[in-house]
Amino acid sequence: MSASTQGSQFLLIGERTNVTGSPRFAKLILAGDYETALAVARQQVEGGANILDVNMDEGMLDGEAAMRRFLNLLSAEPDIARVPIMIDSSKWSVIEAGLKCIQGKGIVNSISLKEGEEKFIHYAKLIRRYGAATVVMAFDEQGQAADFQRKTEICARAYQILTERVGFPATDIIFDPNILTVATGIEEHNNYAVDFIEATRWIKQNLPGAKVSGGVSNVSFSFRGNNPVREAIHSAFLFHAIRAGLDMGIVNAGQLAVYEEIPKNLLELVEDVLLNRRPDATERLVAFAETVKAGGKEKVKDDAWRDAPVEERLSHALIKGITDFIEADTEEARGKFARPLEVIEGPLMAGMSVVGDLFGAGKMFLPQVVKSARVMKKAVAYLMPFMEAEKASKPASEQRAQGRVLMATVKGDVHDIGKNIVGVVLACNNFEVIDLGVMVSCEKILEEAKKHGVDVIGLSGLITPSLEEMAHVASEMQRNGFELPLLIGGATTSRAHTAVKIAPAYAHACVHVLDASRAVGVVNSLLNPELKSGYTAQIAGDYQKLREEHGARATVKKMLSLAEARA
Amino acid sequence: MKPSPPHPLELLLRERIVILDGAMGTMVQRYKLDEAAYRGERFAKHGTDVKGNNDLLCLTRPAVIEEIHGQYLEAGADLIETNTFNATSLSQADYGLESLAYELNIAAAGCARRAVERVQKQDDKPRFVAGALGPLSKTLSISRDVNDPGARDVTFDQVCAAYTEQVRGLLDGGVDVLLVETIFDTLNAKAALFAIETFFDEHPKRRVPIMVSGTITDLSGRTLTGQTVEAFLNSVSHAPLLSIGLNCALGPQEMRPYIEELAHLAPTFVSCYPNAGLPDPLSPTGFPETPESLAPQLREWAANGWLNIVGGCCGTTPAHIKAIAEAVRDCPPRVVPEIPPRLRLSGLEALAA
Repeated sequence: MSASTQGSQFLLIGERTNVTGSPRFAKLILAGDYETALAVARQQVEGGANILDVNMDEGMLDGEAAMRRFLNLLSAEPDIARVPIMIDSSKWSVIEAGLKCIQGKGIVNSISLKEGEEKFIHYAKLIRRYGAATVVMAFDEQGQAADFQRKTEICARAYQILTERVGFPATDIIFDPNILTVATGIEEHNNYAVDFIEATRWIKQNLPGAKVSGGVSNVSFSFRGNNPVREAIHSAFLFHAIRAGLDMGIVNAGQLAVYEEIPKNLLELVEDVLLNRRPDATERLVAFAETVKAGGKEKVKDDAWRDAPVEERLSHALIKGITDFIEADTEEARGKFARPLEVIEGPLMAGMSVVGDLFGAGKMFLPQVVKSARVMKKAVAYLMPFMEAEKASKPASEQRAQGRVLMATVKGDVHDIGKNIVGVVLACNNFEVIDLGVMVSCEKILEEAKKHGVDVIGLSGLITPSLEEMAHVASEMQRNGFELPLLIGGATTSRAHTAVKIAPAYAHACVHVLDASRAVGVVNSLLNPELKSGYTAQIAGDYQKLREEHGARATVKKMLSLAEARA
Repeated sequence: MKPSPPHPLELLLRERIVILDGAMGTMVQRYKLDEAAYRGERFAKHGTDVKGNNDLLCLTRPAVIEEIHGQYLEAGADLIETNTFNATSLSQADYGLESLAYELNIAAAGCARRAVERVQKQDDKPRFVAGALGPLSKTLSISRDVNDPGARDVTFDQVCAAYTEQVRGLLDGGVDVLLVETIFDTLNAKAALFAIETFFDEHPKRRVPIMVSGTITDLSGRTLTGQTVEAFLNSVSHAPLLSIGLNCALGPQEMRPYIEELAHLAPTFVSCYPNAGLPDPLSPTGFPETPESLAPQLREWAANGWLNIVGGCCGTTPAHIKAIAEAVRDCPPRVVPEIPPRLRLSGLEALAA
């Protein structure tokens, strides 16, 4: 699978709805202010959390009642309740109270062999009966596992008990091999991050189906109060752990640096510590941390990037998700280009494509991409009035829309950055765009297309299942007698996939659009009566060739394996 | 975990599409029973009106219920549902008859069993009784109090206890499988599945296959409590299901995309029993689809390879079932697809890792 889907598959577990980890949330729950507490949950989901961790373990609190109340209230909020819940407690009674409140399939966090096999089996059976997955901590009768040997031994033992004696599906087991704090000054702790990363790799290779998770903020606990260093540690740790197979993590999405943006000297010191590369690694990072701390906030908000040329500033703002200067910079760029649209098609798109690459390489996480999209939106919003004015100044004949394009991110997919950019670019080129938004069902797309009498349908999606949904839309267009051109776009889509899997389902034009810069050309070619037949014939020919190549490859592969089998 | 030998119904499902019966309520209406008929002698002096409590008829008019079952079997149904949609203490409390729950389920299973035995004497075809667990009149995921979205009328433990009593009654009455159906709140269904699995854990020799059927309530493609089809599937897949499907609320036209989706996603057999269209107060039965209009639509689904079990819900009659059985006769059953094992979670929406 492509790098971009790897990047999108790491799951972020929101950690702010946890009374032990967030003093603010604890205060709200203790005060009975559940409404504001729900807002904390909403922020997490809006910020990109794929799963919500809920913890009510606080001495002054009736944990069962608080868990029940919060989850019942949460289920009335569709924008929060859309994500699965992780019920987090060290008390079984609280976990059980939570399991009785969720209609979805959630995750229990956690059980372990701490109290022996009998209890472990009892809880696992009940969790299965309640219909949840579970986190299993690397903890046994002897205590918490710190090194690679103990982590892997305990996980292997738990895995065997769960899969062979309880009948628990391996895919519903999520191991937490303990992310412990490094750089404590105690020598035995130096290898903790390596132990976790290597244990993760071992689990993924040796315990098939099982997932790995961890509480990330713990690793940097030695540097509490020093956010720039902590953020760098979290990002570097995740970068290496994800490459070793970490599937999800409890993460404060607001406390993550962009791996690529960590200053090289800091990154080296951080990785020396995390990867235990030299004996004095801790001392060196602590010494450096002092200077960062001494510099205070000014040092953190390093404004040096403000001196770079405007194109680089726009790119930097997009990657870091900084909105502070975006309007001024966009205005400056507008002065440099002949038309406002060129600012979008030029530096802004260039910045977003860097974001796309970093995300694809696992060096940016979804919440960061969401922030980038907000910056993009703001820049585009700033340019809109100028583009409107430009359009209004043209003669009436040129103002008439050249065609009507319906756009949608398909069902099951919430990603719309690319689609929105395509929409803006098309609108600026005098097409009328009807944007149905995200998670749009096939029925809705076809119904709206008919209702508005559109000329083209454009489908977008980022995640792999969207590919199948797009093929489904194509087949439904065929079944319902549509003849409109169908455009396919988005990070996981490709020309080959469109040719092999989508186009054959639809007897009319079906074209893959690589990025927003190509959208205008493609739509023009499809809607211009003089160009259309030649263009569609050319595409059809190209796709036929791709299908033949694909077919030929598939056959060769098949024959090889047959030959191998006989050899 | 020893695999048990396949249940006879499972063997039949591997062979062909299995026909489920149609609506009970629609058929009961034809008898135009009055309050006295519902009460019979035993409940003549009961303090609350009971007309409309169709489950009570298993005790007061068993011949009527048995006759309706018989009509469905003669129309071609392989699998009939007990008349127990509301036969739990929680739902019967609306009539002041909560103490009757266990007895109602035994009686209902008896009506269905007798009908099966009678029809089976004529030929030797296997036929099965599904013990139906309805959705309850109280829901675990929705507040009835507009001022307090966190309030609930009932607890998970109460729902579990009510379903446990129903399961015991149905199994004591001799049903072949259990069918948790018309699920509009998945948490209620999860409580039913919890009750069922706990019962089987305590009585391992009494295990029977479990079927579930959810209800997509409107064109948004969600259950009443907001789950998508895939989220619903993920929420109930922990139980060892013989089949999963959809029924009620929608007619065939509206249900089509969701059955298609389920047919692609489900690692088990797939069932469907739609209403005879959306309610139409102007049509004589209250529903627009006739046997002649309904059957070809379901045939198309069967021909697409989406179905293992098909029948009808509200507004359907033995004539509908007969037409459906004939329409799908030469269609092979859906082949259960290989679904790669993954961690499949859900809130209102599905999430796979």
